[in-house]
Amino acid sequence: MKEKLQVLLQDAKTEISAAKALKDLEDIRIKFLGKKGEVTSVLKNMKDLSAEERPLIGKIANEIREEIENLLDAVKEDKKKLEIEDRLEKESIDVTMPSKQTSRGHKHPINVALDEIIEIFLGMGFKIAEGPEVETVYHNFDALNAPVDHPSRSLSDTFYITEDLILRTQTSPIQVRTMMNQKPPIKIIAPGRCFRNDEIDATHSPMFHQIEGLVIDKDITMADLKGTLDMFAKRLFGSQTKTKFRPHYFPFTEPSGEVDVSCFKCGGEGCRFCKGSGWIEILGCGMVHPNVLRECGIDPDVYNGFAFGMGLDRITMLKYEIDDIRVLFENDVRFIKQF
Amino acid sequence: MRAPLQWIKDYVKIDDLNDKELIDKLVLTGSNNEGSENLSKELENIVVGKIVKITDHPNAEKLCICQVDIGSEVLQIVTGATNVFEGAYIPVAVHGAVIAGNIKIKKGKLRGEASNGMLCSLEEMGFETSNIPKEFDDGILILDKEYTLGENILTALELDQTIVEFEITPNRPDCLSMIGMAREIAASFERELKMPEVYSDTLTSEIDSLASVEIKDADLCGRYVAKAVKNIKIEQSPMWLQLRLMQAGMRPINNIVDITNYVMLEYGQPIHAFDMDTLKDGKVIVRRAIEGEVFETLDGKERALNNEMLVIADAERTIGIAGVMGGANTEISSNTKNVLIEVASFDKSSIRKTSKTLGLRTEASSRFEKGVSQELPLEVVNRVCYLIEALGAGKIIGGTIDVYPGKKQPVEIPFTVEGINRVIGTALNEAQMIELLSRLGIETVKGEKLIAQIPHYRLDLDKQIDLVEEVARLYGYEKIAMTLPKVDAWGAKTNAQMIKDKVKFELLANGVDEILSYSFVSRKDLDKIGLPENSLLRDQVALINPLGEEFSVMRTTLVPNVLEVLARNYNRKNKNVRIFEIGSIFMPKEVPVVQLPIEKEVLAIGTMGEKEDFFTLKGIVENVLTGLGINGYYFEKETNHSMFHKGRCANLIWNGHILGVLGEVHPNVIENYGLSERVYVADLDYNILMQIAKEDKKYSPVPKFPAIERDIAVLVSDSVTSMAIEETVREVAGKLLESVKMFDMYKGKQISEGYKSVAYELVFRADDRTLVDEEVNSIFKKVLSALEERLGAQLR
Repeated sequence: MKEKLQVLLQDAKTEISAAKALKDLEDIRIKFLGKKGEVTSVLKNMKDLSAEERPLIGKIANEIREEIENLLDAVKEDKKKLEIEDRLEKESIDVTMPSKQTSRGHKHPINVALDEIIEIFLGMGFKIAEGPEVETVYHNFDALNAPVDHPSRSLSDTFYITEDLILRTQTSPIQVRTMMNQKPPIKIIAPGRCFRNDEIDATHSPMFHQIEGLVIDKDITMADLKGTLDMFAKRLFGSQTKTKFRPHYFPFTEPSGEVDVSCFKCGGEGCRFCKGSGWIEILGCGMVHPNVLRECGIDPDVYNGFAFGMGLDRITMLKYEIDDIRVLFENDVRFIKQF
Repeated sequence: MRAPLQWIKDYVKIDDLNDKELIDKLVLTGSNNEGSENLSKELENIVVGKIVKITDHPNAEKLCICQVDIGSEVLQIVTGATNVFEGAYIPVAVHGAVIAGNIKIKKGKLRGEASNGMLCSLEEMGFETSNIPKEFDDGILILDKEYTLGENILTALELDQTIVEFEITPNRPDCLSMIGMAREIAASFERELKMPEVYSDTLTSEIDSLASVEIKDADLCGRYVAKAVKNIKIEQSPMWLQLRLMQAGMRPINNIVDITNYVMLEYGQPIHAFDMDTLKDGKVIVRRAIEGEVFETLDGKERALNNEMLVIADAERTIGIAGVMGGANTEISSNTKNVLIEVASFDKSSIRKTSKTLGLRTEASSRFEKGVSQELPLEVVNRVCYLIEALGAGKIIGGTIDVYPGKKQPVEIPFTVEGINRVIGTALNEAQMIELLSRLGIETVKGEKLIAQIPHYRLDLDKQIDLVEEVARLYGYEKIAMTLPKVDAWGAKTNAQMIKDKVKFELLANGVDEILSYSFVSRKDLDKIGLPENSLLRDQVALINPLGEEFSVMRTTLVPNVLEVLARNYNRKNKNVRIFEIGSIFMPKEVPVVQLPIEKEVLAIGTMGEKEDFFTLKGIVENVLTGLGINGYYFEKETNHSMFHKGRCANLIWNGHILGVLGEVHPNVIENYGLSERVYVADLDYNILMQIAKEDKKYSPVPKFPAIERDIAVLVSDSVTSMAIEETVREVAGKLLESVKMFDMYKGKQISEGYKSVAYELVFRADDRTLVDEEVNSIFKKVLSALEERLGAQLR
C-alpha cells in the first residue's frame, strides 16, 4: 500500500508537470484527491490494514495528499499568471488610435472672455448691471456730458430709430440708469452689445461688445481707479503684467486716462503683436465728471467715483490672436469649438 | 498732429533730450504718440551733388548724361529728368544708396551708357506726392543754393530729424500747432517757451485809407484783424520753408500762401490772404450769406450758400466763405501786387455747420470748428508780416485794422487744494499745486480763495475739475498711488444671471454650441421663415440709417438668425451642428415707434445632421427644463405653425402657457435658406422659463429595495399618443410604479396599416420592502386590461 501511494505520487507529479491549462490541474485534483480520487480511495481501504500499519500509512497518505495539493497550488499560481499574461498580450491595443469623444458644447469666445472678466470683478465686489440695446439719446449722450454737436451723435456714427431713440453706442447708458435708480455706494460692471454705423471689415463691426465699470461712493480717488484696474489687468493677463496710465480725454470723465498693459505676448520686450512698443492699449477710464453725477441725481460735492470701459471683442481678439473681427459673428462651429 | 521736432525746437530748448525721452514723457503728460518717422532711418547715402556737364545720350532721345560732382569724385549719371541744368545742385543717390520704398541703387548701364547713381526727386526722398510742390512734381529736386558737395542730403536740408505724430484729444485744439506742442513740452520738462519774432507796427495808419472792415453779424465773428501788404513779389518760398510745410503735411504753393500756412501751423490760427486790388472799394463786410446765392470758391467749384452761413464780402459781392475757403474772385495770383491779410475769429458751431452742409472741410474749417482763441489774431497777423518782410515778399503798409466786438474777460477759476487732492488721492500742498499750474501758464492769485487765471489759449478750462486734470497729469498719473476702494458692497450675480448660467450649462452639456448674431436683421427674414402677413412679429423697430436692408430692423425672433447660421455651416460642409443663442428681441410698444420698445430675451436652438431628429431636440429642451427645476410641462402637437413641418412640431406647454415651440422646419423654409437637409429648431420664451425656474431642490433617498421590471408590447392605432399610454399606465399602476418608458416603436411589415407596435419598460418598486412577483403581476394585468379597454390596445 505504501508502494502504491508512492506510485500515485509519482503519477500525480508527472501529470501535473504535463498539465497545460488551469482546467487540466483541476482535473488532476479530482483524479487524485477528489471524493472518488485515487488517493482518496487508497485511504478508504485503510480499514483493511492492521492497527500498527494504519497510523503509519495514514500519515504517509496524508503527506502525499498534502504534497500533491501544494504542488497543484504552486503550478496553479504559475499557470494563472501565465494565462493572465497571455490574455493581456492578446488584448493589446494601439493607444495612438483616436479617442472616443462625447461632444460638448462650446461657449462663444466673446462670452468666454466676458465670463473670465466677470469672475474677476465679482471677486472684487462688483455686481453686474444690464440695460437695453435700444436707448434714448438722453441716456446715451446727453446725460453723459457729450457736446450737442459731437460728431459721435451724427447719422454717420450712430444708428437712429427716431430723433430720440438710437441703438446704444456704448454701455455707458447702463451706468446712467444705475446711478439714477440706485443710491451710492455703487459698484457695478456693465457688459453688453453696442452699435456704431461702421461698414463691416476686418477691424470694424456695426455690432460689438463693451464692458464698463462704475464705482461711486464718498472718498473715491484716482488712486482707487489705478489700484482697481491694475489688479484687474494682473488677474486677466497674469501677475507679471504692468500697467501704464496715460492722460486722455472723454466728455464723461475728468481727469480721464487710457490704460496700456505690458504686452502679454512678449512680456514687454516688443513684438509684432504690440507693434514693437511693449505695450497694448486695453481700456479708457477716468473720474466721473461732476456734470454726469449731477445729471444722475448724485451730489458731486459729497460723492465721486470712477468709470472705465473696454472693448470686449478687442480683448477677445487680442487674447486669442484673432485678426479679423468678422469671424466672431460668422459663427462657424469649427471656430466656436476652439474655445 | 505732425510735429517735425526741429521746428518745435525753434520755440523750446530740448537739444539735451533724445527723441525717446521726449516722446515717452509727453505720452505721460497727455500727448500720446501715434507713431514717428525719421527719414534718416529710411534713406541711405543720398548726397549733395552738382551737375557740371550735360550731354545727349547717344542711344536714347529722352535720356541725357550728367557729370555730377559729389566732392570726392565726379560721377557719370544717366537721367530722364527734364528739369536738370548745368550748375544745378541736386540730391544724388550714389552706388549702394537706399531711396524711399527701400529701393537699393546700384551702378549699371542705361542703354549702353554707364550710370553710377541716381538723381533724386522729392518722392524718391520719401515725401508724399500730395505734399510736393508743382514745380518738382515730376522732376529732380533742384536745391535752392550751394551746399557742400558730398554732404549727406538729409543733414544739408535738416531732414535728419524725427517727425512725431501726436494724438491731440478734442479738448486741446491749442495743441494743433507747433507753439502749442512746444508749450506742452515746456510744461512737461519745465523749460522756457520762446515765442517767434513778430512785426512791430509803426504808428501810422495808412491802411485806413485803403481798406475797411465791418462786422455785421458779430454773433458769428468775434474779431477781425487785417493788415495790408504792397509791392508783393509772388515767387517760390525758400527751400527751408517749403520743406517744413512738406514735413508737416502741406503742399507749398507760393511765398504768400506758404507764409500764411506756415504761421497757421505755428499758432493754430487760420489766415487768409486776399488780392487787395480785386476788393471793391477796399471794403470787407462780414455778414450772413444771401439764401440761395451761388459762389465760386478758389478750388474752382460753385457752392450754393444759405442764410445761416457766414461770408466775407466786399462792397458788392461775396469774396469768401468765412473760415472755410476763399473765393476765386479775390484769389492770390502770380500777378498779385497788393494783399490784404485776414486773421479772424469765427464761431465754431457755425463753421462746423457750414463746412458740413457744403461738404467742404479745409485746414481752416477743421481748426475753427474745434476752437481758436480770440486773442491770437493780432499776434498772428504781425507774425505773417514779419515773415513777409523777412523773406522780401512785400512791403508792410502801416496800421492794423482790429474790429473786436466779441472780447471776453479772461477766465478765472476759484479752487481749493483739498478739492483737488480729494479727487486725485494725493496730498499735494498749496505751493506744489501753484507750481504745477504755473508750468502751464496758469497763474494763481491768493486771496480769500485761490483763483487760477486761465491763459487765453486754454479754451478747455473753466471749472475746478478741469484744474484737477491739469494738476494730475503734470504731477504724473504714474506717481499716483494704487489703492483699492473701500466700498461697502459685495459681488454677486442676480438670480436671473445665475439662471442664465444654468441654461447655458445645460445646453453646453448637451453638445450645443453658443452663437452670437446681429440684433438687426432684414425685413425679408420673416418672409423667409414663412410668417403670415398679419403676424405680430412683423411690427418691427426700424433704423433710419441702416448699413443696408439686411441690417435694417431690430429682430422680433431669433429663428432666422439661427437658420442663417445653420445654412452658413451647411455650406461650409459642417454637417453635424447644434447651436443656440440667448438674445434680445425687440417689440415696439406702438407703431410708429415713439417709446423704447420692449426688449425680452429668448432662447433659440437649431440642430442638423445625421443623428438629429425631432426627439434629440426635444431631449435637449427637456434637459434645459430639468436643469431649471421646471416640471409639469408637456408637449402638444402643433399642426398649424407656418414655419414648421405640420406633422413634426409641438408646443411646449406649462400650466396653460405656451413656453415655446419646437419641431422640424418646414421644407419651404429650409429651401429658402438654401439648405437641402432637415433642420430642427426650438424657439423658447427664455423670459418665462427664467420666471418659473425653481431654485430649491429636495433630496430623495436612493432606493434601498430591489425593483421588478416588466416589459409590455401592444398594438395600438396610430392616433394613440405615447403620452396617452403613459398616462394610463401611471394612473392604473399607482404608487408602486417607479417609471414607464417607451423603448420601441415599430410600423411596417406584419403590422396593419394605421397601427403601430409600441413597447414599454415598467419598473415597480416599493420603498419599504422587497416586492414579490404576485403583487406586480396583478398590477400588470390591470394595466393591460386598462390599455385594452381605454385605448383599444392589443397585447402582442
